Amino acid sequence: MSPRPRGATEPAGERELLSAGDVARTIARMAHQVIEKTALGAGSAAPPVLLGIPTRGTPLAVRLAERIAEFSGVRPPTGALDVTLYRDDLRRRPTRALEETQLPPSGIDDRIVILVDDVLFSGRTIRAALDALRDHGRPKAVQLAVLVDRGHRELPIRADYVGKNVPTSRAEEVAVLLSEVDGTDAVLLRMEPPQ
Amino acid sequence: MKHLLATDGLDPAFATAVLDTADELKHTLLGREVRKLPTLRGRTVVTLFYENSTRTRVSFEIAGKWMSADVINVSASSSSVNKGESLRDTALTLAAAGADCVIVRHPASGAAQRLSGWLADAGTVVINAGDGTHEHPTQALLDAATLRERLGSLAGRRIGIVGDVLHSRVARSNIHLLAALGAEVVLVAPPTLLPAGVESLPVTISHELDAELPALDAVMMLRVQAERMTGGFFPSAREYSIGYGLSEARLKLLPEHAVVLHPGPMLRGMEIASAVADSPASAITEQVRNGVHVRMAVLYHLLAGEGDAA
Repeated sequence: MSPRPRGATEPAGERELLSAGDVARTIARMAHQVIEKTALGAGSAAPPVLLGIPTRGTPLAVRLAERIAEFSGVRPPTGALDVTLYRDDLRRRPTRALEETQLPPSGIDDRIVILVDDVLFSGRTIRAALDALRDHGRPKAVQLAVLVDRGHRELPIRADYVGKNVPTSRAEEVAVLLSEVDGTDAVLLRMEPPQ
Repeated sequence: MKHLLATDGLDPAFATAVLDTADELKHTLLGREVRKLPTLRGRTVVTLFYENSTRTRVSFEIAGKWMSADVINVSASSSSVNKGESLRDTALTLAAAGADCVIVRHPASGAAQRLSGWLADAGTVVINAGDGTHEHPTQALLDAATLRERLGSLAGRRIGIVGDVLHSRVARSNIHLLAALGAEVVLVAPPTLLPAGVESLPVTISHELDAELPALDAVMMLRVQAERMTGGFFPSAREYSIGYGLSEARLKLLPEHAVVLHPGPMLRGMEIASAVADSPASAITEQVRNGVHVRMAVLYHLLAGEGDAA
């Protein structure tokens, strides 16, 4: 988790949007928003279930839950929901490997489910996640938390909790790096996707 | 066009990908309300069976249906095959009618390979569900999935394949797949039930079951295929059973962690004692359960991605 000095080690065509410290602060802010919006700790209602969308949504959901536990004293159950089998672009790309799906033992029926992902782009992943959820149970409500919203929606989907809004062009790529997966924390904007 | 015709020459990376997918599928389907995935919606899968089968046909059908493919079953006895239509014409008819995938079982070795040639222009995927005494790749994959589940990794494990190797496509597919995944294979059979050219296979050969059992991590019992036997391969069923059947006494010779597999259908009392088949060491019902997930994974890898992916 070594913080990258701004502008110092960046390769050409790459810009740092969030440093490691920014990522931590952003997740903390989102945790406060979740506590407020779901009225966590106020009543006897069950805490929301945080389901990360692999790859990077999964550790993000865990981090968010840890922050929420720290601030409210209640740790929401977490899990992972792989949506590969529900994607609408399977036939346009080479076969993808599946990732882990792991629902908390408490299940999702009649709970508030918060889907957690790193980047919100076209909205198609979230559409697939909503379909996948329907096969696993019937939540009371479904909300969406994303670290970065980069725009360019292709479906009527919006996030309930957004870490950072980033206006982008379609040629750019937003890369979220998390220490659990990438060994370091950062959000980068790449001018051209590497080919 | 991708097909699954044999495990001989199969890319180990592909095999591992299929096994990993099967594992995730098993996991994701566990305890969920709706056991159906939309992945193969709009795809048509035909099972074309020229030989009898319960578990292979049923598990392919369930696998296809759980992935939302439309599955149609054609069996030789109730189709125009009965009127004398050739395999080629039957296959072309199925492709013309809109099959995206044909799953074929045929008594002739090499039938699936021929079929894939005839259907190349139509772009139909061919899966071999058993061709004569040649190969049965999905059975080997589900055996590998079951062994991985019980033993962890297959690398360096010693697996015995016991009995009628000569007539067994299951044995042939397992020999190649297990070797590719890094396991050591020992064939244990009477000399009359070993195929010609067995020396060229990546195996060691033994005729003494009792001597091999203590060192095995798993033992795969093969059915004695009376329907393919035209001569005297062993003096009597009883003598075969004494020499190569997995009795309760022999089960005790195996290490504690060892797994007993049988591709089914079992002849209880012949190659495997009833009590052994029902013992905790036996993974025979797990094999059937894993068969569905492995076949879902095979359909996923062959049908879900873009047409001509590498």
